[in-house]
Amino acid sequence: MRVDGKGLIDRTKPVRFRFDGKDYAGYKGDTLASALLANDVRLVGRSFKYHRPRGVLTAGSEEPNALVEVLGPSNQTPNVRATMQEVFEGLVAQSQNRLGSLRFDLLAVNDYVSPFLSAGFYYKTFMWPRAFWEGLYEPIIRRAAGLGSLSGKHDEGTYEKAFAFCDVLVIGSGPAGLMAALTAGRSGADVILAEESHVLGGRLLSDGGTVGGMAAGDWVAQVVAELLAMPNVRIMARTAVTGAYDHGTYGALERVGLHKPARPNLPRECFWRIVAKHAVLASGALERPVGFENNDRPGIMMASAVRTYLNRYGVSPGKRVTLFANTDQARGVARDLMAAGVSVAAIIDPRPDASAVEDCPVHVGAVVIGSRGRLGLSGIQVRKGSETIEIETDCLAMSGGWNPTIHLTCHMNGRPRWNEDLAAFVPMEGAVPGLVAVGAANGSMSTHGALVTGHAAALNAVEALGRKVSVPLPEAEDMPYRLKALWAVEGKGRAWLDFANDVTTKDVKLAAQEGFRSVEHMKRYTTQGMAPDQGKTSNVAALAVLADATGRGIAETGVTTFRPPYVPVSIAAMGAGGRGEGFAPQRFLTSDQASRDRGAPMIEAGLWYRPSYFPKPGETTWREACDREVNMVRQAVGVADVSTLGKIDIQGRDAGRFLDFVYTNTFSTLPVGRVRYGLMLREDGLVLDDGTSARLGENHYLMTTTTAAAGLVMRHMDFVHQAFCADWQVRFISVTESWAQFAVAGPKARALVNSFLEVPVELPFMGVAPVRIGGVDGRLFRISFSGEEGYELAVPTRYGEALFRDLVARAETMGGGPYGMEALNVLRIEKGFITHAEIHGRVTAHDIGLEKMVASRKDCIGKAAATRPGMWGPEREQLVGLRAAAPISAGAHLFVPGTEVHRETDQGYVTSVGWSPTLGAWLGLGFLKDGRARLGQKVRLVDHLRGLDVICEVCHPVFHDPEGEKLRA
Amino acid sequence: MRLTCPLCGDRDRREFYYYGAEDYLHRPAEGAPLADLDNYLHLRDNPAGVTKDLWYHEAGCSQWLLVTRNTVTHEISGVELVAGRKA
Repeated sequence: MRVDGKGLIDRTKPVRFRFDGKDYAGYKGDTLASALLANDVRLVGRSFKYHRPRGVLTAGSEEPNALVEVLGPSNQTPNVRATMQEVFEGLVAQSQNRLGSLRFDLLAVNDYVSPFLSAGFYYKTFMWPRAFWEGLYEPIIRRAAGLGSLSGKHDEGTYEKAFAFCDVLVIGSGPAGLMAALTAGRSGADVILAEESHVLGGRLLSDGGTVGGMAAGDWVAQVVAELLAMPNVRIMARTAVTGAYDHGTYGALERVGLHKPARPNLPRECFWRIVAKHAVLASGALERPVGFENNDRPGIMMASAVRTYLNRYGVSPGKRVTLFANTDQARGVARDLMAAGVSVAAIIDPRPDASAVEDCPVHVGAVVIGSRGRLGLSGIQVRKGSETIEIETDCLAMSGGWNPTIHLTCHMNGRPRWNEDLAAFVPMEGAVPGLVAVGAANGSMSTHGALVTGHAAALNAVEALGRKVSVPLPEAEDMPYRLKALWAVEGKGRAWLDFANDVTTKDVKLAAQEGFRSVEHMKRYTTQGMAPDQGKTSNVAALAVLADATGRGIAETGVTTFRPPYVPVSIAAMGAGGRGEGFAPQRFLTSDQASRDRGAPMIEAGLWYRPSYFPKPGETTWREACDREVNMVRQAVGVADVSTLGKIDIQGRDAGRFLDFVYTNTFSTLPVGRVRYGLMLREDGLVLDDGTSARLGENHYLMTTTTAAAGLVMRHMDFVHQAFCADWQVRFISVTESWAQFAVAGPKARALVNSFLEVPVELPFMGVAPVRIGGVDGRLFRISFSGEEGYELAVPTRYGEALFRDLVARAETMGGGPYGMEALNVLRIEKGFITHAEIHGRVTAHDIGLEKMVASRKDCIGKAAATRPGMWGPEREQLVGLRAAAPISAGAHLFVPGTEVHRETDQGYVTSVGWSPTLGAWLGLGFLKDGRARLGQKVRLVDHLRGLDVICEVCHPVFHDPEGEKLRA
Repeated sequence: MRLTCPLCGDRDRREFYYYGAEDYLHRPAEGAPLADLDNYLHLRDNPAGVTKDLWYHEAGCSQWLLVTRNTVTHEISGVELVAGRKA
């Protein structure tokens, strides 16, 4: 119910929202949990395994129970913590993990058979028959146990990711965090203050009290106002720091638009990578529940949460509240409730020496031993000595003390330290370099302790940054934190530890009994701590119960490893921008639009988009277009954009010497104005890449690489140069994007090229010359990848599109035209030219028949390994051509006709195939054991995937014009 | 993870390409004993502690870097240019 005059909600701004099909009203500033509690909705979900009715347990991101599905226009976000989801006009949410309605969940039958469903139940029960697991058991278990569901539709929401840098990152904005941010901010340091909630202030907003002589809330407002006014301070609310990583890097998730109605371009979330020189961890502490029979009913909540709902949201979760707590601090919950006019039935304090003086009945030395109420709490049983007391109550506020929120300090292998006085784990110092835990996160439980430690950590950081500042410390309460650890009350019934995964004290004891005594084993056997909340409220209690069951101390039992992320991070946020076209960069040719204008479908080649073929009216398949384009090149002239090939400009006195070192063959002897084919090896003797290099001047070469390996070759050359010959006079740079280059191939190629040149040139095969085209300086190469007389014309990129359109237009007047990747591929297969389909990283120079290109008179990269045994010889698979009358496929394997088809009899494989309109046959390139000695033999080609079984003839890989007469024409 | 490139300064690891151990820098001369070639190509230590390896500032200055780091603490104690090191 709503309590008048309390809370930080804006009562002038009512908000309507919907939960499970029913409309409710809340206020701006409410969370879904606070608004539902204000509407007296206590039942918000069903538990994971037993489908028990569950209500809100906490008021923060540690919430294990109140997980709901939030429905958006195009998305359904499961497992949203109602305690973190702010309400907004039009919010639609629904409960999850139920069959039927929330009140009458048919799967609640699980709870009645719970004696059979203890830890390890599935492992022990569903062992046979084996075949039943996949078909029967698993689908049923998956339906029954589970969390939220997805819409199954594509998420149209936008997400972002971003980097941020700062001197001091303050994590958390309670008293410790605010004090640290204020101190660092006043020093002039670059500060980021990250706060998970939508409001700054942390527990000061919930617990009240005074700071620096004013109400805590006023102090918060004053500090926040000052921080907001500082240009050197960035405040990131709704931002949970999720992980600590190497070298001052932190991951953080910002809820950018989740608290507003969706609209285009409003990101839902942003994943931040924050790089900080220093970090102050002021993440506070998490209150822990106490185990007693049926301690999971809706209406049983954390005491601190009850106080938060009252003071931050103006909501009392009950009309008659009972407090069950073992600290003095928790008494404030009851006092605040009474001051607000809410009835408090009793205070139950297990400490026998605790004060009994309050304005309500107090039972000291007493514990709660049970509860009742089917869909919500109606009463509890209390044991005091030998006496059992029944108390009518609709809300039980419980507290078993606090666990410092140390998660981030453990992300880099830090093991927390057990502190007996606090009965809690505290951070290991220096576990994350540059990060210091302060306040409750470090075990300083009073407001004064938080202010002092936050202030001190910030001063240290500021000093390390070479800055000076003096900030006075405000006065605040410094009540000693005095508790008697109470993890679970003795009793026979089921007492829940992990609410999210339905793990009870019995399950942990059973695990210990069955030999799972290590905390890591217990966790996996019982699934304690493995739910979306990662056991934030249950980890320490579970291991305390385990320690008790195994007769060890808690420190000795140890704690499971906390790993990032601290709170769930949606994959969509981490992968922001990487969906659809954002998956990889796109590179477009200068001729891209011209090709698309002609209806060419584009095909991806690495990051590039290249035309696949250029369809003509009447052509119904790509093959028709491809065959026509091949014939066009063989009979007239074709134009293709080959700008995607890597181009590296190499200059310097030692340029030739350097090329001799990276290529297997010699380039220092290449005359100026000539081009040579080169082969490059990796240091392990396998082929890295091939291509042509032209000598443009005495100390000037231009290398081309394959499209696929352009980046790889650049990186390799940088390594060879910097590692082995950094003192040589040679420099090189990629000029791939500086030149547009077009292949002009076919019997009429020379005529077409000459029609462009201001001064026609007579180039020999493998020659290069500077040319003038329409007033532009370009380059003309006489090289061929088709087997026809071929030229490549290069101009600066900005002239590329114009030249391509002009080349194609003039080619068409000569019976020619553009050709795409399909035709280019067929042309090169006919000619036996290799690509990275053949030089795929497992072939040697010998395998592709180019062993003579490894010069004997000089060293080169890969030479020593290439000559080792096993790198050459008849036992290796060697490049051959294949010819068949029926369709064949790349990826097929080769066998001796008449032998069985299996791995041991495998003779080789096929790398490239195509229909050759020139030869009227299916042609392929592939690798065959001792292939060069088997020319003329038949092999059996088998492709199980495509259902092919074809007899092929083994041929020399050069099918077309083997003497090269056309090339040199 | 972050690396301090001697030319570009403190940068996120996403700018760098990882190659392998510094052994790749010790290329045997032509005709060296086979054991040297084997060591150069195939044999690597896997230390728990200080190691030196090669990184390429691919999205930066194209320099190859020799990084001294600790595989246990993840501390990076030195970054030098491969081209600038004393042979």
